[in-house]
Amino acid sequence: MTATTDFGGSPIPRGDQPVRFVRADTVAASPPPSSEVGPIAWIRHHLFTGPLNIFLTVVIAALALWLLPGLIRFLFIDAVWSGKDREACIITEARPVVGACWAFVAERAGYFTYGSYPIPQRWRVDTFFVLLGLGVVWLLSMRLPRKDLAALYFFVGLPIISYVLLVGVPALGLPYVETTLWGGILVSIVCSAVGMVVSLPLGILLALGRRSSMPAARLFSVTFIEFVRGVPLITVLFMASVMLPLFVPSYLQPDKLLRALIGIALFASAYMAEVVRAGLQALPKGQYEGAMALGLPYGLMMRLVVLPQALKITIPNIVNTFIGLFKDTTLVVVVGIFDFLKAIEAARIDPRWAAPTVSTTGYVYAAIFYFICCYLMSRYARDVEARLAKADKR
Amino acid sequence: MSQAHGGAAGPPKVSPINDPRVRSFVFQAVLVLVVVFLFVEAFLNARENLQRQKIASGLGFWDNIAGFGISQTFIAYSEATSTYGQAFWVGLINTLVVAAIGIVLATMLGFTMGVARLSKNVLVAGVARWYVEIVRNLPLLLQLLFWYNAVLKALPAVRDSVQLPFSTFLNQRGLFMPSPVPQAGFTAVWVSFLVGLAGSFAYSSWARKRQAATGQQAPVGLVTLGLVIGLPVLVFLAMGLPLQFDAPKAGRFNITGGMVVQPEFLALLFGLVIYTGAFITEVVRAGIMAVSRGQTEAAFALGLKPNLTTKLIIIPQALRVIIPPLTSQYLNLTKNSSLAVFVGYPDLANVFTGTVLNQTGQAIEVVGITMLVYLSISLGTSMLMNWYNRRKALVER
Repeated sequence: MTATTDFGGSPIPRGDQPVRFVRADTVAASPPPSSEVGPIAWIRHHLFTGPLNIFLTVVIAALALWLLPGLIRFLFIDAVWSGKDREACIITEARPVVGACWAFVAERAGYFTYGSYPIPQRWRVDTFFVLLGLGVVWLLSMRLPRKDLAALYFFVGLPIISYVLLVGVPALGLPYVETTLWGGILVSIVCSAVGMVVSLPLGILLALGRRSSMPAARLFSVTFIEFVRGVPLITVLFMASVMLPLFVPSYLQPDKLLRALIGIALFASAYMAEVVRAGLQALPKGQYEGAMALGLPYGLMMRLVVLPQALKITIPNIVNTFIGLFKDTTLVVVVGIFDFLKAIEAARIDPRWAAPTVSTTGYVYAAIFYFICCYLMSRYARDVEARLAKADKR
Repeated sequence: MSQAHGGAAGPPKVSPINDPRVRSFVFQAVLVLVVVFLFVEAFLNARENLQRQKIASGLGFWDNIAGFGISQTFIAYSEATSTYGQAFWVGLINTLVVAAIGIVLATMLGFTMGVARLSKNVLVAGVARWYVEIVRNLPLLLQLLFWYNAVLKALPAVRDSVQLPFSTFLNQRGLFMPSPVPQAGFTAVWVSFLVGLAGSFAYSSWARKRQAATGQQAPVGLVTLGLVIGLPVLVFLAMGLPLQFDAPKAGRFNITGGMVVQPEFLALLFGLVIYTGAFITEVVRAGIMAVSRGQTEAAFALGLKPNLTTKLIIIPQALRVIIPPLTSQYLNLTKNSSLAVFVGYPDLANVFTGTVLNQTGQAIEVVGITMLVYLSISLGTSMLMNWYNRRKALVER
């Protein structure tokens, strides 16, 4: 390029004279104008393009400058970190401004986590948390092997062990603990875990039923799924709580927590069914046909060919459904179950801790707990999604 | 198939255990029997349990006097004379009111934030992003309780209300605003508004036809504005301002006059709008990102101006992606409005599965009716949206 572009020069080269005025090497690119690089240009392009953006930048910056210092003062600088009762957090002459009352959270932490579960027995709850955590990590981590054993542990072993641990079997030296004593994070986790353990198998069955060629199975699945998805969780909980006892014989009255768990499990199953159905539909038809051509019967086709692939691409949606379920378990308060949020509500109106910032502190604590749990799960879902997208790109 | 094998002896002999038709029939028969058995069993148990607990059954309670008050009623309702049936309608209307206002506001918030999420301005995009992250990862109930208990209940008492412009007061008992009192002749304004609406529809369809035929454009936006807003305003002025305002007056212990928006309603509305708005934000973002960049470039190459490109090329295509998930967000908002139970807003779930259920004890009827109402709202909306979706769907070869 450089050799031929310089055609305006003279003298015109003649014969075999070497061409002196043609450059052999490339001209080094000149640096971009200083207005286009560096932090200042970045700021201009990202913050101050046009009057609307300048206005928005200024407004947001002003709001941040106004709100953030107050928030930091409330949460950390003016906060009360230790104390035994409301005396620590009330406004006095010596302390006219009181921030978050973390002393309240610290003092009631056991209550928030276990409810009224007997203190000497709380190691059982801790063991349950650890076992559940191990199961979740084994099932979800991409690196750990033997997912079949993990599923067996999570969906069969863990429920039995948890029942023995939490409810108790006196014959094994574990005293019986009434479910009315359960509360706090324990109940929230139990509700979500039961919802998960029941809804995945049941949801798979319902999804298969909805796509089945048998009209009775299809009708049953569609009716159940559309009915449950068409009504709010609160009414499902009411149904499980006040209608279910009427439908079963009088000698078989289910326990209050069990009734709420049934409601949650049915509700979650309908949503899970739709998620699994999307996965089944996303699978190319050739997979079904290939399995049939190999002579696999329906059960083996589903177990060996269809479900492993369909469930794999559904993992992000399953996790997202589970996040929704985890948030929705807060509604069990409506049928009188003592979950984490109810524990906060009960503690914040306790006169022993009557101080101006106690309510807000309680809500902030709950918000941090739910945010961390849900955020981690949604990050996991996004990572899996990215991984699957990468695998598809080959 | 059997003929292909050359066997002339009729269909191949398959043991009935392996015949898919027999299997399918047996399986379905078992399923039907189990379901029928469960229903019959539930019915018999319910009859026995109800008799034992001496609970009436049937819809006889519908016309009984309810005898409880409801804090917000849009139709005539009185504690002393109204029936459970009227309480049902009050609750249903309250649910629909909060859902309708919530849907409008959540759509506005969601579309604004969805566009902001894609802004080049990192501050704007960051605010939208963290709004979505925080709101979507917290339970709706926690947000409602926060708005109700930590924000609205923390407002000043009636005596030291916050005074806002236009004789509006804000305190623990809600937002007190002047209420419009139409005077004689105000009907004409409504009529002119309807006439303007009809006229603008006629004009825009005429303009569309003319543009298709001749290519000439008409100022549809200006004419619509003039007909829908300008005409009623002119009539309003011509009739001599037939509207007065009843301003609330601050007393020592109470505020009289005007109208009041209750804190329960505000908390529920705030919670629903902010929560659903975050989900709509993501729906809108995904919809806009689904329109490929080539579409914009092609529109520019055709010589369309940026705002026309947005209006004619991007929005119609993005809407096709946005509408289905948007519908399900609207339904979620409507269903989530049943969380009114927790802040004491008298919606259907609160009035019916709350108070009426407690008073009558007729769990099956009361919960059944409530579920049926939500179910019909859900199914009705999805049918409507499916129809709209079919009309807007991409016509493929």
